[in-house]
Amino acid sequence: MFSYPTVRTSLAFLAIAVVGLAFADIAITAANPWRDLGNFFLGVITPNFFSSEGLLTALLRTVAFAFVGVALGSFFGFFLALVYRAWPVRIFCAFIRAIHELFWALIFLQFFGFHPLTGVLAIAIPYSGIFAKVYSEILDEADPEPGRLLPPGTGRIAAFLYARIPDCWAQMRTYTAYRLECGLRSSAILGFVGLPTLGFYLEASFSQGLYSDAGAMLILFYVLIATIPLWVRPKLLPVYVLGAPFFLGEGLPIVWGNVERFFTEDIIPSPLKDGEGLSGLMSWAGDLMVEQALPGIWNTVVLTQVALVATGILALLMFPLISKHFGGPVRRTSGHVFLVVARSTPEYILAYILLQLWGPSMLPAVIALALHNGAIIGHLIGRQTNGIRLRPDAVTGFGRYSWELVPRIYRSFLAFLFYRWEIIMRETAILGILGIYTLGFYVDSAIQNIQFDKAMVLILITAGLNIGIDALGRYIRSKLALQTMPTC
Amino acid sequence: MALDHIRKFLVSSLLMTATVTASAETFVFTAIPDEDETKLVERFRGVADYLSEELDAEVRYIPVKSYAAAVSAFRNNQVQLAWFGGLSGVQARRLVPGSEAIAQGVEDEAFETYFIANTSTGIEPADDFASLEDQLRDKTFTFGSKGSTSGRLMPEFYIRDTFGDAPEDVFSRVGFSGNHTRTLRLVEAGTYQVGALNFQVWQKELGDGNIDTDAVEVIWKTPAYPDYQWTIRGDVDERFGDGFKDRVKQALLNLDDPALLESFPRSGFIPASNDDYEPIRKTAEEIGILD
Repeated sequence: MFSYPTVRTSLAFLAIAVVGLAFADIAITAANPWRDLGNFFLGVITPNFFSSEGLLTALLRTVAFAFVGVALGSFFGFFLALVYRAWPVRIFCAFIRAIHELFWALIFLQFFGFHPLTGVLAIAIPYSGIFAKVYSEILDEADPEPGRLLPPGTGRIAAFLYARIPDCWAQMRTYTAYRLECGLRSSAILGFVGLPTLGFYLEASFSQGLYSDAGAMLILFYVLIATIPLWVRPKLLPVYVLGAPFFLGEGLPIVWGNVERFFTEDIIPSPLKDGEGLSGLMSWAGDLMVEQALPGIWNTVVLTQVALVATGILALLMFPLISKHFGGPVRRTSGHVFLVVARSTPEYILAYILLQLWGPSMLPAVIALALHNGAIIGHLIGRQTNGIRLRPDAVTGFGRYSWELVPRIYRSFLAFLFYRWEIIMRETAILGILGIYTLGFYVDSAIQNIQFDKAMVLILITAGLNIGIDALGRYIRSKLALQTMPTC
Repeated sequence: MALDHIRKFLVSSLLMTATVTASAETFVFTAIPDEDETKLVERFRGVADYLSEELDAEVRYIPVKSYAAAVSAFRNNQVQLAWFGGLSGVQARRLVPGSEAIAQGVEDEAFETYFIANTSTGIEPADDFASLEDQLRDKTFTFGSKGSTSGRLMPEFYIRDTFGDAPEDVFSRVGFSGNHTRTLRLVEAGTYQVGALNFQVWQKELGDGNIDTDAVEVIWKTPAYPDYQWTIRGDVDERFGDGFKDRVKQALLNLDDPALLESFPRSGFIPASNDDYEPIRKTAEEIGILD
């Protein structure tokens, strides 16, 4: 068994996580964590839907930002996908998607302020990078045969539209619809930094311990996501996309001088502004590295590795919940509900809730990341097992799980897990804003101190780290010959 | 079909820019989010109504999620007036030349930070901070917001000054609760053993009967320092007419609605000047929050 490369890789990652765990700060510091958790669940089952006058508006804004952001993202992503072969485009796309929506929002907040453009661009920019990559993968895999059958002299555009697009259309549509769901989650969490979406009210209710209000908001959000197939219809899409810009709210007017100031003054390292020259810059950069960047990178990497393995373990434990090879319809339905709730809740919100309840440490973050990502992968491989046909006399119970199913899905399980590696790291960095000492903590601190030069350097470091992990993940996947379809 | 979609996207992005409507002549203000949001919204909507009547102009309050967001909105001229803390006011006035501190609460001349502890720690209140060293070492500790004067700057200053170490080295775990009410709740619940908060918030919550005094108590009070103030941009006269700044100042100083004052809680507002906050600026530079 140990001769299999997939098994060896898994064990290596497990070992890294165990070592990481020794260094990680995992503790429940709250005095009454279970009582608080109980109060929270009590709040969820006694939701108060009439708490805030702004709640319905917030839901509307959440949907509007998601639609506009995803529409612009897919539009620009599509054009970037056409030229994705070019190296500069690839690097550009890798870069813009390596920066989390919340970081983009924090950047735009500094010069657009509370204008709808801040939220729209915060979603549209990273999504363009993601769409470019995925669309180009889909286009590359299109069957070349129809193109070859075209009569000589067919124009390139006509050939593209009539021979390539039709073959990819269904896949691109499915993926775009899926991204819309991700867009709703992104849009919701933008509220945590002050945009008028759901997160704004969720944070307010939560920090005041108004769990019934928070519960109502979460329930509305789940209903919104679970009913996507009902209200997002191809025929209604134009209405939504055209209508959404009118529901972003007014915000405050943009003062364009601020944009110029941000790029020509704010983000210039302070020693250069003060004329301290290269030596001043070196010591500034040195201090920044030693005091903030390195501890941030270390904590980000440790948390990512622990969360990655926890995600894998949870995914393997959770997929039987929806697999038809175990249990009856009742079990499967409740399993589905559980997985839908776990994967619909953004990691950021899960982590926020657990941090409020258990106190600050890496533990709430690990559990939030593992629950959310584990539920996504568990859902995907659980669905995959439903396509597996076992012999009528196959073993049942644990034997079936460990000898029949896990070996059959293990390769695609690993593929999904390594695909999500970079996504987990992106989230890990951002969780720092909640008070865990990852890179996001230092970015947030720099912004709180109005030191945007430092914040930008730290954001660039975070992006570099993500690009590195993305490349490493791709390398391991190709080494192990794992194939996957993209997930968000 | 693809072209059709592309057209729709184009139209929608054009429309998006059209929603950028100007509300130039609305006087907008904000406040640092130092307490529970519902309390802030209630308080500052009252202030907005009051100012609107006094100034005979449209006045709007916008809530923000962080101290830095309040400073940025002020700097970006998206708000023209703000209720800042000592530190955020210094930061904002440095970034906006010509801006002025125009009024402060009567209590803000001599503001204090209270260090509080969960009673399970057994820490005895003291008048001398240094005598608490043994009891405080290796406890868990929370500040309020990273940008707070009474919840971060002053307590950090006294920790460094008294014990000669950074907070991370004095305590086993250091957190930022987000705001003063949250600090109170976290220490009361024992999530953190020790915390530091704005004395006005403590006294108001105590007066309202919202503190379980068996669970949490004040262990040390800092010496007095200047804190909150109303700061206004220097260019408001150009935008809203001559004498506008003075009218805003006068309106704030005249504010005597007991319910509104109680919500701050302040007994009234008195004139303030930028120089009043020099001690805060020096302290912030000393511990490296300001360059």
